[in-house]
Amino acid sequence: MFGKLSWSAIPIDQPIPMIASGVVGLVILGVLAWVVLAGHLPYLWREWITSVDHKRIGVMYTLLATVMLLRGFADALMMRSQQAVAFQSQGYLPPEHYNQIFSAHGTIMIFFVAMPFVIGLMNLVVPLQLGVRDVAFPTLNSVGFWLTATGALLVNISLVVGEFARTGWLPYPPLSELTYSPGVGVDYYLWALQISGVGTLVAGINLVTTVLKLRTRGMTYLRMPMFCWTTLASNLLIVAAFPILTATLAMLILDRYFGFHFFTNEAGGNVMMFMNLIWAWGHPEVYILVLPAFGIFSEVVSTFSGKPLFGYRSMVLATMAICVISFMVWLHHFFTMGAGPYVNAIFGIASMIIAVPTGVKIYNWLFTMYGGRVRFDTPMLWAIGFMVTFILGGLTGVLVAVPPADFLLHNSLFLVAHFHNVIIGGVLFGAFAGYAYWFPKAFGFRLHEGLGKAAFWCWLIGFYVAFMPLYALGFLGMTRRMQHYDVPEWRPWLLIAAVGAIIILIGIAFQIMQLVVSIRHREALRDRTGDPWDGRSLEWATASPPPVFNFAILPDVSGEDAYWSLKAHARQQDLEKREPNYKDIEMPRNSPTGFICAFFATIMGFALIWHIWWMVAAGAIGAFATFVAFAWRDHDEYVIPAKEVARIDRANIEERRALISLAGA
Amino acid sequence: MNILDPQGPIAAAEKTILIDSIGIMLAIVLPTIAAIFAFAFWFRDSNPRATYQPHWAYSGRIELVVWSIPTLTIILLGGVAWIGSHQLDPARPIDGTGAPIRIQVVSLDWKWLFIYPDQRIATVNSLTVPVGSPLDLELTSGSVMNAFFIPQLGSMIYTMNGMVTRLKLRADNQGTLQGLSSHFSGDGFPDMKFDVQVVSQLEFPNWVARTAQADRVLNAESYGRLAQQSVETVESTYRLDDPRLFHAIVTQQIPPGPGPKLTSESAQPYIGGHDVR
Repeated sequence: MFGKLSWSAIPIDQPIPMIASGVVGLVILGVLAWVVLAGHLPYLWREWITSVDHKRIGVMYTLLATVMLLRGFADALMMRSQQAVAFQSQGYLPPEHYNQIFSAHGTIMIFFVAMPFVIGLMNLVVPLQLGVRDVAFPTLNSVGFWLTATGALLVNISLVVGEFARTGWLPYPPLSELTYSPGVGVDYYLWALQISGVGTLVAGINLVTTVLKLRTRGMTYLRMPMFCWTTLASNLLIVAAFPILTATLAMLILDRYFGFHFFTNEAGGNVMMFMNLIWAWGHPEVYILVLPAFGIFSEVVSTFSGKPLFGYRSMVLATMAICVISFMVWLHHFFTMGAGPYVNAIFGIASMIIAVPTGVKIYNWLFTMYGGRVRFDTPMLWAIGFMVTFILGGLTGVLVAVPPADFLLHNSLFLVAHFHNVIIGGVLFGAFAGYAYWFPKAFGFRLHEGLGKAAFWCWLIGFYVAFMPLYALGFLGMTRRMQHYDVPEWRPWLLIAAVGAIIILIGIAFQIMQLVVSIRHREALRDRTGDPWDGRSLEWATASPPPVFNFAILPDVSGEDAYWSLKAHARQQDLEKREPNYKDIEMPRNSPTGFICAFFATIMGFALIWHIWWMVAAGAIGAFATFVAFAWRDHDEYVIPAKEVARIDRANIEERRALISLAGA
Repeated sequence: MNILDPQGPIAAAEKTILIDSIGIMLAIVLPTIAAIFAFAFWFRDSNPRATYQPHWAYSGRIELVVWSIPTLTIILLGGVAWIGSHQLDPARPIDGTGAPIRIQVVSLDWKWLFIYPDQRIATVNSLTVPVGSPLDLELTSGSVMNAFFIPQLGSMIYTMNGMVTRLKLRADNQGTLQGLSSHFSGDGFPDMKFDVQVVSQLEFPNWVARTAQADRVLNAESYGRLAQQSVETVESTYRLDDPRLFHAIVTQQIPPGPGPKLTSESAQPYIGGHDVR
């Protein structure tokens, strides 16, 4: 009846997962009870869960990412504390638990923190920057989000029911094959990623189409803000690379479920094929994450320097060069396989070549500041912190791209320090910069500046204290994923690294405080102008938060930095007085398709993990039926009358005029 | 374990490349970081002496320079990588005293088996080599993937079942070094470490003679016991019964290791873990 599932799947004898999941369960129940009792459920259902508004979906993606960041960081704290105590002892986490923690940490941080964070910001901002009313496929967008949430949910269910993978964040066979990992952990990993991978692919298709097909009048490719370019590049990579991940994991699924031999030791299976395939996705994935961050920094550096981005065309070229080259370097993840000197040298040099466009970007941000008036608001602090930190990460990255150096450093804590250096210093700092920068746009009030700066300094210092020791440990020969060790030279560095993790924890505490304080003081922090930072691109041309239709009249763009030239223009002409001709606006209707589809996908994923075949069928039929029902819909749009549009827009223009005349005075 | 304190020519050459590469990159990275701080500080909003150029966004000359600097650096480093990859290819033979010592390495769950086919002996979790002799290693895995790594001798390399990787090393100083597995391989992974005894050229034959008198014999049967999942805390030595044992492992005439013992059909979330402790 219930396949492999029985009461023994719940680790009652393991205090850490039980207490953790108990607390999480209580919090979820508490929130749910509050939502239902306070009568917020209809509001949530109507305005958020079934929303197909790109801004709402963007916010939900970001919320998912921040919640999962807490989970992933809890794993990080456990790893750092385990390694701090496990000198010549077993520490407090037995190997079967510790191995799940580092696997879950990597999986969560990449797939359920970094990905939803950048996809959320792209969803929120790109249609606004392009001057359009929505993304290309609004309902599909909602499906993509809810499928990502399904994956995150499955990973968290594994905490209580069964176990998570103990094979690392990429489940290298043969360790991940049924022979060596007979439990359900790898299955949780596989199905969580297959389902959320579909969601990511859908998001990628949606955003590529949006950038290519839905730009406002005059928004030619070379007038798009840099963030739109990096979004295009990143989502092209998603569309090209995620099918490789899906296919690779599908092969592993066939091995585990149907006794195929793609990657087994026996019967001609080949583990090297898995490594090639997974990294053929995995390396573009790195750029899927970091390119949007580059876009965010381009916007931030330009805005807070009060100047256009230096070398815009060169930046576009660099972005697209990275997009293409990122597919030609995957082998540098396994130089130590013994492939031979020509293969290693060619892939090493190809990897280094990516450093050229990346270096150009750094210099262009540098020269964007040159001749500017640099304001050190929180987003700009993240940007400067990023530039310095990312250069160091780039240095160590090029270092491990030199094959003979990699022969010493591969799989060591030096490597761990390197990719945290670029992912925290690049992607996460970028996400935080974007969060602080676009928060007023999304919610209509700013975040508390002082607490934001405190959080920045804790993260920056905490990062260096936590990861510089890991570089040193790499030189001392310490390899990654060690549950315990007995080399005395390693101990002091691991203790320092643990202190670094605590400093980052304080930074996260500041971020939570910042959010709470900002919400409580939202009236004082209110952004009435829609343009709190003196912005340059079109998202600042509308109200904060923008009306559901984004722009009452779609803007007409005549150059780069569209809103900046609009503002300059308005100042010179002493404010345009003519009332625009408002028209009815058609917007897509809300749809529960995404939520219901993800509900059935969750049931199907869970059933597949536990081999409950009747439930698999029920989930699959339910998800399919949802799509059929959606395909048969009659009305998918509703009309906002011109009068209503005019009313909303006039109020916005009044406040905006007040600001411009104030600035002009 | 310190890779900056190499004990053999491979590790020494790799360390040189490592240090040189860092030096080459620091030469442009440090000025760039300095420039970031300098520009951000000088062009701060509150500095009245800095000139504001709100429209300046292009300079062909600067563009040329910013594309050239990373390109030139990468051309230089690319040369280092190309030459280094060829000179330090793990399979490339190296010089040394006398004939190469052939050693066949098998990674098992979770210990290292070292077979000396010419001396007809084998050891577990302890590698003894003569100082100055070229070491000719062939490596495979008896179960899952691992990586063989002696940090102070250099060049880690993967071990994979059904496949042979080749590695040439040399130890230049007598003493004891540490080796480990540097690719995660399951619950007993952190205990997959081994001692490397680098002994004198005179001592090595004595050690071989002593070891050849070991009580235990390594053959397909005793190998089958070793292939079970376990952590070995004692180093043990064997007489080698069949010098073609390694060949039998590589060609899978001896099947790959069995993995954890299944106790029931239902889910066993924490299988294997208890065997380790």
